[in-house]
Amino acid sequence: MKSRREFIKTTAAGALILGSSATAGKLGLAAMLDKPADAAKSKVVVARDAALHDASGQLDEKRVQDLLDRAIAAYTGREKPVEAWKRIVPVGKVIGLKVNGLGGKGISTHAALVMAICERLQQAGVKAGEIIVWDRGARDLSACGMTVATDPSRIRCYGNDVAGYEDQPVAFGTAKVNLAKILTRDCEMVINLPILKDHGGAGVTFSMKNMYGVVQRPYELHGNNCNPGVADLNCIPTVRDKVRFTIGDAMTSVYNGGPGFHPEYLWQPNALIVGEDRVAVDHTAWQMIERKRAEAGVPTLEAANRLPRYIATAADGEHRLGTNDPQRMHLMEV
Amino acid sequence: MVRLKYWMLAAMVIAVVVAAAATGCKKHAVDPFPASGAVTGWEKTSDTRTFEAKNLWQYIDGDADQYIAAGVVSTSTSDYKYRGQLEATVDVYTMGDAAGARKILEAAQTKDAKAVQVGDAGVAFAQSVIFRKGATLVRIVAYESTPDTPQALLALAQGVEGKL
Repeated sequence: MKSRREFIKTTAAGALILGSSATAGKLGLAAMLDKPADAAKSKVVVARDAALHDASGQLDEKRVQDLLDRAIAAYTGREKPVEAWKRIVPVGKVIGLKVNGLGGKGISTHAALVMAICERLQQAGVKAGEIIVWDRGARDLSACGMTVATDPSRIRCYGNDVAGYEDQPVAFGTAKVNLAKILTRDCEMVINLPILKDHGGAGVTFSMKNMYGVVQRPYELHGNNCNPGVADLNCIPTVRDKVRFTIGDAMTSVYNGGPGFHPEYLWQPNALIVGEDRVAVDHTAWQMIERKRAEAGVPTLEAANRLPRYIATAADGEHRLGTNDPQRMHLMEV
Repeated sequence: MVRLKYWMLAAMVIAVVVAAAATGCKKHAVDPFPASGAVTGWEKTSDTRTFEAKNLWQYIDGDADQYIAAGVVSTSTSDYKYRGQLEATVDVYTMGDAAGARKILEAAQTKDAKAVQVGDAGVAFAQSVIFRKGATLVRIVAYESTPDTPQALLALAQGVEGKL
């Protein structure tokens, strides 16, 4: 594992801008897969702040911005946040921030993280009206601490319950789905903001599983521990192409009993997990959950009969969404 | 003539019994959610939402599988607030039978669980109480851990039990 400074040196020359149709084919994951093995490692940054929650368990929101800045600086190799964000998002495009409020208040993407990202996006040149915070519905957004807002001149926040779904289904493998119009029509690029959770079916829910919130009937993809449902869904071109970056909320988590709020299994990793390679990000998140389960004396996910096999499926030759091989990951902890 | 009167009397008795069965004896839907103020300090802060088994995923996504496997029929939920500060959610799962409720409760028991006297059986954690009564399973979670939380949750649980 490299230090933050070493990482910044080695990645400073790398290009990163996501979501632009002109560059999408040359950068990020596509580029990684075409490069020699030594240059092909998927970058995953785990940024931590042990003091993120106070003694009573309350999130110190002022520290979230700093944690985000450290994560993005490490990922991009740019110390100044504005410069770093300019390498991530294109100007003049509508950026979606896909949160996850399904678990309800207490185990949903934190509003403090969303606000911190919105602030940096605007400083990087994205107009307020070009930012859409979204999830399945108003109740999910409320669980994240946000309210519906549709004024196009300001940061918008609304759900699929407002915008609806496409009439025509699209398919890949077992996934035949009607996509949310927010994804297909309203956003040109999506930054994925899942929250790390144990999941009663999938084993772990994080980056790829959060895409269940962009389809009309997610329950149809829950069979066989969501395998290959998760991988197939993420291979649908609109999902694969538009959702290009994950800033995963691992500030609070549940290591068992998820995906709902189970305070008896609540845990505060105090971390953000950042990366373009959704498979590598999910693999990293899964390992984090397993370590916590071992520490707490809870059986492994394999012993619990819900190993997240969809992660390996997403990496196979049919899906090629990223890598689940630690040897092909460049994991940075800052 | 006397024989005819007996037949008429018997017919009237049968009619009354049938009418009673169709009206007065009909099982009423139970509202298990205490109204604001019914349990000291607790205010009901949302409408009750109900999900049939086939739609339970809309509420709890992957959690739904274990309840469906245990025979859940429907789930109702409502939010509460204690003394204007502590927020909590009450979930009431109506299972097909008592065995289903028992199965879910047993799965929830861990080494940190503390047995509590609510319903047929119950356990409490620092921020939650789970109990069963007949074919009903109730789960109450608080979103903050305060010194008052355990006792407040237990009082609310008893309030729910009293309405089952």
